[in-house]
Amino acid sequence: MPSIILFAPLVGALICGFGWRIIGEKAAMWVATGLLFLAALLSWIVFLGFDGQTQQIQIFRFIESGTLSTDWAIRLDRLTAIMLIVVTTVSSLVHLYSFGYMDHDPQWREGETYKPRFFAYLSFFTFAMLALVTSDNLVQMFFGWEGVGVASYLLIGFYYRKPSANAAAIKAFIVNRVGDFGFALGIFGLFFLVDSISFDEVFRAAPKLAETNLTFLWTEWNAANLLAFLLFVGAMGKSAQLFLHTWLPDAMEGPTPVSALIHAATMVTAGVFLVARMSPLYEFAPEAKTFIVYLGAATAFFAASVGLVQNDIKRVIAYSTCSQLGYMFVAAGVGVYSVAMFHLLTHAFFKAMLFLGAGSVIHAMHHEQDMRNYGNLRKKIPYTFWAMMIGTLAITGVGIPLTAIGFSGFLSKDAIIESAYGAATPAGNFAFWLLVSAAVMTAFYSWRLMFMTFYGTERGDKHTHEHAHESPRTMLVPLGVLAIGAIFSGMVWYNDFFGKTSAVETFFGMEQTAKAESSHASLSLIGAANAAENGKEEPSSSHDGEKKAAAEPGKGAIYRHPDNTVLDDAHYVPKWVKVSPFIAMLLGFLGAWVMYIRRPDWPAKLAENQRPLYLFLLNKWYFDEIYDAVFVRPAKSLGSFLWKRGDGSVIDGALNGVAMGIVPFFTRLAGRAQSGYLFTYAFWMVLGIVFLVSWMTIRGGAI
Amino acid sequence: MENLISIITFIPLIAATILGLFLRGDDRAARQNAKWVALAATVLTFLTSLGLLADFNPADPGFQFVEERTWLAGLTYKVGVDGISILFVLLTTFLMPLVILSCWEVDTRVKDYMIAFLVLESLMIGVFVALDLILFYLFFEAGLIPMFLIIGIWGGANRIYAAFKFFLYTLLGSVLMLVAMIAMWIDAGTTDIPTLLNHQFGSETFSLLGIQVVGGLQTLLFLAFFASFAVKLPMWPVHTWLPDAHVQAPTGGSVVLAAILLKMGGYGFLRFSLPMFPVGSEVMGPLILWLSAIAIVYTSLVALMQEDMKKLIAYSSVAHMGFVTMGIFAVNQQGVDGAIFQMISHGFISGALFLAVGVIYDRMHTREIDAYGGLVNRMPVYALVFMFFTMANVGLPGTSGFVGEFLTLIGIFQVNTWVALIATSGVIFSAGYALWLYRRVVMGDLIKESLKTISDMSTRERFIMAPLVAMTLILGVYPALVLDVIGPSVEHLLSQYQTALIDGGATMLAAN
Repeated sequence: MPSIILFAPLVGALICGFGWRIIGEKAAMWVATGLLFLAALLSWIVFLGFDGQTQQIQIFRFIESGTLSTDWAIRLDRLTAIMLIVVTTVSSLVHLYSFGYMDHDPQWREGETYKPRFFAYLSFFTFAMLALVTSDNLVQMFFGWEGVGVASYLLIGFYYRKPSANAAAIKAFIVNRVGDFGFALGIFGLFFLVDSISFDEVFRAAPKLAETNLTFLWTEWNAANLLAFLLFVGAMGKSAQLFLHTWLPDAMEGPTPVSALIHAATMVTAGVFLVARMSPLYEFAPEAKTFIVYLGAATAFFAASVGLVQNDIKRVIAYSTCSQLGYMFVAAGVGVYSVAMFHLLTHAFFKAMLFLGAGSVIHAMHHEQDMRNYGNLRKKIPYTFWAMMIGTLAITGVGIPLTAIGFSGFLSKDAIIESAYGAATPAGNFAFWLLVSAAVMTAFYSWRLMFMTFYGTERGDKHTHEHAHESPRTMLVPLGVLAIGAIFSGMVWYNDFFGKTSAVETFFGMEQTAKAESSHASLSLIGAANAAENGKEEPSSSHDGEKKAAAEPGKGAIYRHPDNTVLDDAHYVPKWVKVSPFIAMLLGFLGAWVMYIRRPDWPAKLAENQRPLYLFLLNKWYFDEIYDAVFVRPAKSLGSFLWKRGDGSVIDGALNGVAMGIVPFFTRLAGRAQSGYLFTYAFWMVLGIVFLVSWMTIRGGAI
Repeated sequence: MENLISIITFIPLIAATILGLFLRGDDRAARQNAKWVALAATVLTFLTSLGLLADFNPADPGFQFVEERTWLAGLTYKVGVDGISILFVLLTTFLMPLVILSCWEVDTRVKDYMIAFLVLESLMIGVFVALDLILFYLFFEAGLIPMFLIIGIWGGANRIYAAFKFFLYTLLGSVLMLVAMIAMWIDAGTTDIPTLLNHQFGSETFSLLGIQVVGGLQTLLFLAFFASFAVKLPMWPVHTWLPDAHVQAPTGGSVVLAAILLKMGGYGFLRFSLPMFPVGSEVMGPLILWLSAIAIVYTSLVALMQEDMKKLIAYSSVAHMGFVTMGIFAVNQQGVDGAIFQMISHGFISGALFLAVGVIYDRMHTREIDAYGGLVNRMPVYALVFMFFTMANVGLPGTSGFVGEFLTLIGIFQVNTWVALIATSGVIFSAGYALWLYRRVVMGDLIKESLKTISDMSTRERFIMAPLVAMTLILGVYPALVLDVIGPSVEHLLSQYQTALIDGGATMLAAN
């Protein structure tokens, strides 16, 4: 069954991409979509019936060289099962949605066929993403990793006539390659030390890696930390974390369904998945984890701040995605991988829905994306409005404080914030404060989007507003389905991802660490703090006498170091910590309400008063400009310099300097006898052989 | 069949002789006949070579299908293949029919053109199967003559300069290699390659003209061979002949040059340098690793700024050959396996890229990147094929380009992390120049008036590309097809190398 899930999208992509001339456009699109729904159905069956035991299915051999041996194989565990439903559900709904959205696209001329190509790319993407999440070794994962990169490149550049789309596509690919550069080095290093790159072997070797030193470049490093860091560089690229995030906002050049599928729900979460997948390694790499926490928190804050002032509806949501990914990394970094996966799951639902809702607005407004030209649309497109409202309630985290009742984002985001505090480390505290501030900003920009789009007065082109219309059913049905997920997914799976430690361990098929749940609330807090401060601590010196010997890494879908009790501690944080995200949400909402409903003249005034800050945010902290000046231009000038000076003057000059003196002579000769130099060459060669042969005959005769 | 290799080697030469002797006239029919004879001969060669693969025993690391005859003046004609060479033979026979097909529209001196390619094929196969030093030298050097003719007669406007540059570069290497071969014969008393492979050349450090030569005779011999192979491959900094040669060569010539001729350098390292002069390799290895790393980054940056499509791909070839030398001189299973795989894979990919340039050159008669733009609007099939090979060129997993790069990098990481880091950064640059080329040529709106009537790939052109697409994909997904064949031979080579190093007193070197 997993094989069918994996290959159905590939078959769909091939049939749709190459077969549409034979079976027709519509049929081709339905085939691709139908196969995706089949994959989604099977994924849910797998997920719901999954018993927690890791299964491996070999397909055939891949790269084998000496001791390096890799297979094409499917690894099915809880992590894979979660990703299967996320990917196939969102993907199938996006396929369906695209029937409506891509119909009569104004980018194309009359009679041009573009839809089968679009569907084929979508299906191909889904295949690559599934290959990534089902991989059983790092090379296959890298295949999926780069495969989704290509699909993303193709889809961002889907409107190939637009120069901006082409530029964004290349940018996305190259920035991701910078991440892949780190990822690849991580794989090489793991193979060097472990002599294998299959997950099982790597996981088993993780404790040993923590005690190994690896000479890399100028000095020695702790192997586990270094390799975990290198792999994380890959995750930074794919998940658009700070410093490698610049491609994600530009990627909005692609059609909106693509943004929903690839740049919100699935591909960009691959980095989070990677860290969760490699949890046995990260559990032994405390410094790498600390780095992840700092970077994730910084990204969450940075992206949310930029999101405050963007005017393009899709860019607001793009920065929001970037920010939410930062939240997930904080969770992974403090060691509660299940919570990271929890937010990944709920985020997939509500963010995909926000994007598809935005697409519906854009569709209604004749491809206008500037929110300054929206306003008062809630009556004209009520269904879309309610969908967006649910999405906003979910992302801002509306729920009843101190209970497990609320929209999906309420549960998963609060879980992250509580975990950050519960980690009780400097990094955790740093993350806690940044995440709470980011939560204020999240609420602000989300409500700002809602108010600017659906409330207030109609702005912009009158004609467009008059013709604003609700989207067709193919677009509204996916919104409805995702809305269910956005409302309920948090409450349904709360216990599995962020419940009692034993519940989470059962869910992820981990070995039970038979511990008294209640007895050590305060104790473990101290223990965790000690463990984190001292870096790698001997398991024996930890606080809890009842603990069994460390479970073997790689037994379940994720691994928890015996000293890592953050999941448990997060439940015992002070009340004010638990309530803080809720208050943050209220503050953000109030801010947006005052500025965009009550006093719509304030935003402009504020921008005027705080001009430098406003420009700083509007220009995204000037990352693009800095990168252009520091990397892009120097690379080009260096290339030019090496070519003209290096190849031209120095090498050709030195090597041919003397020789070229005789070139004119030969050229004249050649001019006379067509290819005179050729005979010269042949002459030299024959001379050589004659010389060799005579020498041998003489010497041979002598002997 | 006992003389299968000879048959494969000489079918093209016989066909060339037939063409030369019996085909008269230069009318349309005669030209067609010449093409058909050439195509038939190359296809026959390919089919016969499949027989070679079928009967080849990969588990045996020694030479198979060995033929040995005395020849004129006491020389020996000895040929055979092992796991390292057999795939190069197949690469050659596989590509030649496609090359002939790609020349179908040529109409100047067609007969001579076909003869040149047929002779070239025989000589190239000869290089890979020769098991005698003299024979190898003969094939290795003679192969340049038809290549010169192809550039010199059917090439572009500046062909004399290009051919000359090549000539000057190669001459130096050839002379040194010849001297080295004589020295080897004096030292070992034979020109038989299998025997030489087990011969210990001197490695005692001695002083020459006041310079201490660490590794002694082996280092000198290594350097002499290196001069020849490094130019051929080409390695940085002796690569500058390649872009010029490619720019001036006709499409078919470029394909052969990039896909097969360059590989003779890599093959030479594996056949001679590594196994015969292990101490020399150990002494010079670090230098070569650094040259490779420089080559990858340097030529990638240069490629970024090119305005001529063929030059860009030529520079990209140099970068890819950097991975080959790096893999070989990592001297471990992954590195050497990867190097061979990279050479085979590059044969398909670079061949296809030059063919792709040829497709639009045939239509527009320019290689200027700026002369194009928006081709996807009128040439969707071309856009797809070009995209595929662009991605293969940047080493996308799932294509053969990935496997070679990945293995060589995983090999080098075990030896030198600095070189590994620099070389890995090549994956970023390659994406840069390759995608930028694609964007400027294929993407965008079609606004140039001259391109408004351009037509998509013809059936013939699709037929040429199809096998290349298939091979790139198959080897990318199931690389065992290649790795199973080369594995045992490479393993044998490496264990011989290690033993020889110990015997050759390299333990002393290592201690230093």
